[in-house]
Parts: sequence; C-alpha cells; structure tokens
Amino acid sequence: MTTPVLEAQGLQKRFGASKGWFGRGGNPGKAAVQRVSLSVNAGETLAIVGESGSGKSTTARMVMRLIEPDAGTVHWQGDIVSGLNNRALRPLRNRVQMVFQDPFASLNPRMTIENSIAEGLRVHQPKLTRTERRQRVAEMLGRCGLDAAMMARYPHQFSGGQRQRIGIARALIVQPAALVLDEPVSALDVSVQAQILNLLQELQLTQQLAYLFISHDLSVVRHVADRVLVMLQGEVVEQGTVEAIFTNPQHPYTRRLLAAKPISHPAEREEIVAE
Amino acid sequence: MTTVALLALLAPWVAPFDPVAIDVHQMLLAPSWQHWCGTDSLGRDVLSRMLYGARVSLAVGFVAVGISVVIGAALGAWAGYSGGRVDGAIMRATDMVLCFPTFFLILAVIAFLTPSIWNIMIVIGLTSWMGVARLVRAEFLSLRHQEFILAARALGTSGWRMVLAYFLPNAIGPLLVSSVLGVAGAVLIESGLSFLGLGVQPPDPSWGNMLTDGKDNIQIAWWLSLYPGLAILVTVLGYNLLGEGLRDWLDPR
Repeated sequence: MTTPVLEAQGLQKRFGASKGWFGRGGNPGKAAVQRVSLSVNAGETLAIVGESGSGKSTTARMVMRLIEPDAGTVHWQGDIVSGLNNRALRPLRNRVQMVFQDPFASLNPRMTIENSIAEGLRVHQPKLTRTERRQRVAEMLGRCGLDAAMMARYPHQFSGGQRQRIGIARALIVQPAALVLDEPVSALDVSVQAQILNLLQELQLTQQLAYLFISHDLSVVRHVADRVLVMLQGEVVEQGTVEAIFTNPQHPYTRRLLAAKPISHPAEREEIVAE
Repeated sequence: MTTVALLALLAPWVAPFDPVAIDVHQMLLAPSWQHWCGTDSLGRDVLSRMLYGARVSLAVGFVAVGISVVIGAALGAWAGYSGGRVDGAIMRATDMVLCFPTFFLILAVIAFLTPSIWNIMIVIGLTSWMGVARLVRAEFLSLRHQEFILAARALGTSGWRMVLAYFLPNAIGPLLVSSVLGVAGAVLIESGLSFLGLGVQPPDPSWGNMLTDGKDNIQIAWWLSLYPGLAILVTVLGYNLLGEGLRDWLDPR
C-alpha cells in the first residue's frame, strides 16, 4: 500500500480555553474539531463538506500546520510534521501548499505578483538567481492561464478569478505534492468558478496532486471529489465515495444537507462546469 | 505649512536681519516696513528670530518623531508579531510609561541634563513612542489572520521577512498619519519647554523662548508675543490638518 500524501489522525482543537488564575476558574473553551482523521493519496481529491462553523477550515489549517492541534498527528508524505518547531518544519513546507478562499485577502496588496509568487522560491530554492526566479514565475503564470507580462502588477489590478489563479501559481511554484483548497471557488462568479475548477483538475492530472478540498457547495464537491467527508459541529459524521454520499447518504445530517441544496437541473449544472 | 518648512530651510537667506544682532537704538519698535514684526527689548528683529526659530522647532519636531517612530514601531512590531506573553510584557511596560504625564516626565529628565536642542529632541523622542507602539501592535494583530500572511507562513517565510515585507508595508498608512500628528505634538512640547526656559537657550531664538521674552513687555509691545504665538498655532494646526487629511486619503472606507 502506498503512503498517503496527507494523513491526519485524531485531530482535536478547542478555542478559547484558558487555565484561569492560580488554577481556578479555568475555561475549557469550545471544541472546534474533535477526533478528525483523514488521508489523501496522490492524484485523489478528498472533499470536506459542512456548514460554516463545522470545523472544516480549522481542520484544513491544522493539516497545514498553520494552527497547532491540541491532540492528534499530521503526516506529510509519511513524515510526521505535528510537533515539529518552525525551523524543523520549514524545509518540509514545500510538500503541502494552500489556496485560500478570499482572492482579495490572500495576496499581499503591497507586493507585485511576481514577488508574491516567487516567495516560495526564495524560501525553498534560495540559490536561484533573480533571472531564474523570474523565469520560473513566468512559466508558472503561463501554466495557470495568466500572461507572464502581468507579473510587475499589483493584486488590485486583477479580477477575482485572476487572483485565484495567482494564488494557485504561488502554491504550485514550490512543486508541492498536495494542495489544501479552502473554499477555492466560493467567492467567485459561477462562470469563473468553472474555469478555476477546470484549471485545478488539469493541474491535478498532470502532476498527480493530492487535493484536500474544503467546500460547502455540494454541486462543486460532486463535480471534483473522489471521496467526501461530512463534518458537523467539529466531528466527522459520515464519509465515503462521492457516489455513495450523494446517492445513498446514511447520516440524517447528510440527507438534510443534500435536501437543502437541491440540484434542480443536474444536467445543466454539469454542462456549465464541463465547459 | 509647506511655506513654514520652506521658510525655515531658507531662513539665512530670507531673514532680513541677523537674529541675534543687538541694536539698542532699535528697541521695542512696533511693526513697520523695515521691521515687519517689530523688534524686541534688545532691538532684535522679531521676524528674523521667528524664521530661525522655525528651524529649531521643526528640527526638534522631525527628529523627535523619528526617534519615537523607530522605538515605537520596533516594540509594537515585536509585540504584535510575537503575540502571547511577549506581547503582554511589552504592552504592560508601555502602559507603565504611559502612566507618567509626559510633559512632567520630560521636565524632570531635562532638569538633570543640560538643556540643549539635542537633549530635547532625544527626550521628547524617548517619551512619545507609546502611541506608535500601540498603533503598530494593533495593526500587526489585525494583519496576523489575513490570508496573505497565512499563505506566507505556509510557504515557510522567515520571521524577519514576514515583518519587513508583509506586516510593515501594510501598516505604513496609520503609522504615517500618527507620525505627522506627532510632529505637531513635538513642536508644541518644544515650545512649552523653551517657554519655561528648559529648552533652547537664549540668545538662540525659538518660538517658545520668544514668548517668554515677550511676556515681560506684553502691555507695551504686543507684537513680541503675538507673532511667535501665531507661528506655533499655524504650524501645529497645519500638521494636525495634514495628518487628518492623510488619514482620510489613505482610508477609503
């Protein structure tokens, strides 16, 4: 059996916990994520669905090691990364990258997109010269469907869809094995959503990327995911292949979720996405 | 305000008379075509003294603010970037310094030092960084959870580069505004100190010590007090308005 690219075991996170003064009157906090385990293989997409507050973003950030889990382990390509300090973690950071939800907040407004995208190269391939970096950035922009001539511009000169492409380019420039996609299309117009989803699928096919896809949009999930994990109040209530979840949901919450988001014209939706 | 700065820079060329030249035949002359703002009790030209005084006031303003911004930004950045206990410690220390009434703190410190323009700049700088520190810290805290900061962390960007390339450039607007407002405050403090005789020492002119000279003769020579007073007013008001204007301009919301 091959090692999963991303693996998490028994992740837990509470927010707002405090010890209190002199060990008295402490606050146990609110459980955001409890006992979440997952694994994603190369070339596969695992979707996490759930309403806002269900802990799916927190889970994603723990997998990324942007939030410290209270308990549980995280492995990237078989190597344990939970418990590592920042210094030890840095050389491994290129293995897993993240694409964020809000294309307007995910790029540094005071940096040209060339510098934003080149950031990963500075960290992980510090020996590259300026020209080599620029060349890689240009290549990466081309692969994400953007004109390399745009790289001297600032984020505010781009549309939401373009910015999301820039975000994808920034993540992919360090040649990660996995991408954590935190609602990558939910801030975009439907037509732009389809373009970005197609780009992501194309990139996944050519590079055998593992995707951890966070979304609340079930029609998108149905289109991109291989397996689905349903979260409710910080816990996984159901998981299975995309067919199983959509055709034969077991947990009442999953059924409710599916019913709340009726796809009245599935054919139509599929057509738009496939364009 | 630009005019004030320009006149201060060009004082040696613009000033009609030597600001420290005493002429006992020309004592306490009312404003006239020859002496636009009159002369003082030692026959010195008030306009010339004001122009030279502007250099002192503005120099003190800028240097003092420079010092306070460097200290404040460094401490605020450290606190805001580190968070947790470091943040707590730095901010409590800041609160402690903030508890002292600034002006009296400065008076106390100056009393131990020889009053000189450099000491004033340094002391004002060292006692006015707290606002900047708080501001920078607050900006950093709000930036910490921005997605572009998370993205840089996910890439493994080093701490120094995070602060210099990601945090600071995005906090520069409010910092600039508060610096400009700080210049006004520093000018005012310098005038106050000089008025009390703890600032710029005679015979060198400063707006503050000109006011002191003026108060003895205020009943017979109003121009001695009015013009330096107006200069302070215009400058402080100017920098305050510039600061407010910058704030509105930088903040589209």
